[in-house]
Amino acid sequence: MSEFSLYLLQQLINGLTIGSTYALIAIGYTMVYGIIGMINFAHGEIYMIGSYVTFIVIAGLLGMGMVSLPIILIIALVVAIFIASTYGWTVERVAYRPLRGSNRLIPLISAIGMSIFLQNFVVLAQGSRDVALPPQITGGWSFGDPSNFEVSVSYMQMMIFAATFVTMTVLTLFISRSRMGRACRACSEDLGMTNLLGIDTNKIIALTFIIGAALAAVAGLLLGLYYGVVNPFIGFIAGLKAFTAAVLGGIGSIPGAVLGGLLLGVTEAMTAAFFPAEYKDVVAFSLLVLILLVRPSGLLGKPEVEKV
Amino acid sequence: MTQSKFYNAIFAAGITFILACLMIGVKLNTEGTTLTVEGATAAQWGWIIGGITVVFFSQLFSNQIDSAFGKLPKPAVSQLVPQSLKSEAMKPWLLAGVIVIMLIWPFMASRGAVDLATLTLIYIMLGLGLNIVVGLAGLLDLGFVAFYAVGAYTYALLSLYFGLSFWICLPLSAALAALFGFLLGFPVLRLRGDYLAIVTLGFGEIIRILLNNWTAVTGGPNGISGIAKPTLFGLEFTRKAKTEGAETFHAFFDISYSSSYKVIFLYLIAVVLVIFLIYLINRLIRMPIGRAWEALREDEIACRSLGLNRTAIKLSAFTIGASTAGFAGCFFAARQGFISPESFIFIESAIILAIVVLGGMGSQVGVILAAIVMTILPELAREFAEYRMLLFGLLMVVMMRWRPEGLLPMKRPQLELNKQ
Amino acid sequence: MSQLLLDVKNLTMRFGGLVAVNGVSLEVKDKEIVSVIGPNGAGKTTVFNCLSGFYIPTEGSVMLRGEQIAGLKDYQISRKGLVRTFQHVRLFAKMTVIENMLVAQHRHLNTGLLSGLLKTPDYKRKESEAMDRAAYWLKEVGLLEFANREAGNLSYGQQRRLEIARCMVTQPELLMLDEPAAGLNPNETKELDELIIKLRDEHEISILLIEHDMGLVMGISDRIYVIAQGTPLANGLPEEVKNHPDVIKAYLGEE
Repeated sequence: MSEFSLYLLQQLINGLTIGSTYALIAIGYTMVYGIIGMINFAHGEIYMIGSYVTFIVIAGLLGMGMVSLPIILIIALVVAIFIASTYGWTVERVAYRPLRGSNRLIPLISAIGMSIFLQNFVVLAQGSRDVALPPQITGGWSFGDPSNFEVSVSYMQMMIFAATFVTMTVLTLFISRSRMGRACRACSEDLGMTNLLGIDTNKIIALTFIIGAALAAVAGLLLGLYYGVVNPFIGFIAGLKAFTAAVLGGIGSIPGAVLGGLLLGVTEAMTAAFFPAEYKDVVAFSLLVLILLVRPSGLLGKPEVEKV
Repeated sequence: MTQSKFYNAIFAAGITFILACLMIGVKLNTEGTTLTVEGATAAQWGWIIGGITVVFFSQLFSNQIDSAFGKLPKPAVSQLVPQSLKSEAMKPWLLAGVIVIMLIWPFMASRGAVDLATLTLIYIMLGLGLNIVVGLAGLLDLGFVAFYAVGAYTYALLSLYFGLSFWICLPLSAALAALFGFLLGFPVLRLRGDYLAIVTLGFGEIIRILLNNWTAVTGGPNGISGIAKPTLFGLEFTRKAKTEGAETFHAFFDISYSSSYKVIFLYLIAVVLVIFLIYLINRLIRMPIGRAWEALREDEIACRSLGLNRTAIKLSAFTIGASTAGFAGCFFAARQGFISPESFIFIESAIILAIVVLGGMGSQVGVILAAIVMTILPELAREFAEYRMLLFGLLMVVMMRWRPEGLLPMKRPQLELNKQ
Repeated sequence: MSQLLLDVKNLTMRFGGLVAVNGVSLEVKDKEIVSVIGPNGAGKTTVFNCLSGFYIPTEGSVMLRGEQIAGLKDYQISRKGLVRTFQHVRLFAKMTVIENMLVAQHRHLNTGLLSGLLKTPDYKRKESEAMDRAAYWLKEVGLLEFANREAGNLSYGQQRRLEIARCMVTQPELLMLDEPAAGLNPNETKELDELIIKLRDEHEISILLIEHDMGLVMGISDRIYVIAQGTPLANGLPEEVKNHPDVIKAYLGEE
């Protein structure tokens, strides 16, 4: 294989890796939008908090002398999911639930305010500078000719793939098989009707936020380990990109969010192959504009008919 | 006090603890290459415990607190103004009085105060411009700062490369910003409210990234410096004339140089621009186009059923709003003398949006008041500077819950029917 | 023979697999009041949406005075003289009554930026004429005294009348009313009755009406169309329709 195609393969792998994490965060957006029709602007901040908690737990446990990395990661995962879910639940309870029913602008502005609040909360609590964690999972698997070009898949990347795959499977099983999952689906089809049928929609909505937050926490852990750096502002860009992914795949559709995330990740990586890296973010936004113009319902979404 | 209230309070306190324990209770520190965690200081624990206590008791006594707040009258800000001042006959005098004060005051105030006032006037301009888009037409634009940037960079580049004066660049900046508004608006204005918000946000970010990376033209992260200040009919406000053959202000009037002349001059320009803008927007509100904007915000479907072309109406609001930002941007660049992409981040868009929302969507006076509050309050509370953004976010959430129509909801123009 | 005001042939509307309107045909002549009735969910509002351009019909032809309007956009059709109201009153709630009336006349006004800013004679004249027309119609529906009140502060009956006045001020040829009597008390319904008849007789427009209030429908309609589940069921004079066996079955079920 030529050097160039190996290079592209590497970019593809990188893209799929990042794309999986976008997918995890995007699911949170798409589920919330599907059920109450609003963009949870603060979702990106939940991801950021998940990252911070991960770092805190890992650094703390390492500092206490714990050596077994798998145990540390599992504890970090559980704690991050727990705390991020609490944040997700609180945000819904405090900033969105009281505003349900008012026109679209008001909850959106409240969401923006919440996002700014959380960002600056972390700035005040942890400082605004980058916080770095030494790489925990190193090494990988590579193939190719060292003198030509080596394609490498790091263990970290494999872990991201595995974690994403497992999470998706669990979520899909939950949504399609469990009673709660059915209730979630019913709510996203017709909230009013589901309410009339006696299901406590408030609980279901809260659950949706919690699931979204949990997934964002997983993404936070994975990306935190992958990049090794966090700061209070990573939520903003990640949130926008994840939202782009959700829209790309069709807002309201979980498979769509996954597809959108992977597509976005790969597109970004391919762009970085040919253009300066700083323009990577422009790709995401341009893709968003493009899809909203050409096919607003997204790749897997159904075109919405406006009720007059 | 019932049992359920007690459990509620415990639950809320518990939640608060969970939220705070790791994020505040523990601090990440970098020592060398290792990352360590530090327990919180006593002060931080104080915050945590204080927060938990507040949450606990506010949940416990939530009923009593709610009724107490209910008894508090909602501040009808308009009621604060004595009736005598509101009569129609007084209005022109009031207006004239305000204008006179605004023109005379800077000569008696400190330089810092005038500078702050000028900054406030810039935010008033931006607020009024976004008010057209968000307050009047109901289009949620989260990327307003992009047009601000276009205006600023237009003046900077035209002044640097072509030596064009501030006064010529003012309309040019507005026009170019309007063009950007048109180009962006055309494809995206048919999107639904929240999608429009995100797309405009994305557009704002794209502009910022482009400005940051297109170093050849925009100077990249270093921006553009040495932007010429505005002149008064060619008279410069510098100690020594910068351009060939130009005269300086103080030399022309045969007075000694003072740096405050420059500051006051900028302030006065800002006042003139703001007055012009207020007049313009007041006219627009009473014209068919302004009515169409508001009708669109109220009920787009009804507009369509009455023969209004919503795309054209949205575009006009978007374009005119953008041109206002371009206006403000041009002035901003002239005042600073130096611009960089750092001044055009998303937070600026959020601040301007907060000004419009706080003031009362559509209400000009409300927006002006809100701009003043948003700019001056942080200055007065310098010690709380690091809490500024935190409180800002909190304010947005609280306002939406408590008074979403803003502090000063818009007063409808009362029209006179012709004599039958 | 003068052209039909509205000539609808074979109107069909499909949403994916769902057929909401199935081959509906109807005619409206000049100075007529035509009612469209049918059980709930029959697709009547969908028909309205197709006629007024809010939906693009899947099949069928809609001729307004001989001109094909099917496929045109909503605001374009409105400008051709076909206006409609909605099941839930759609007013510009935060604007005053008179502002509502002025917005409706948007295209009759001078919308040029410069003309408005400079208050040119043409601009002033058109504004003045618009105010007069607005005042005239407000007087016709009895809302003149509320001219400067916020539209959202009117009673429901008054809001309905404002909606109709707002339509009338656009100088339409065909007025389509979607359940105008819904939510009105018997007094208000009688006033609505008289208003609709006045519109036909004095102002010489035709009215196409969706209604459930049988008293209203039977009392004022020149002709009636019955639609059930998107399909035409019957049509004709009120007496004919009232006694039509299919119609009775559709409304009351099998005897």
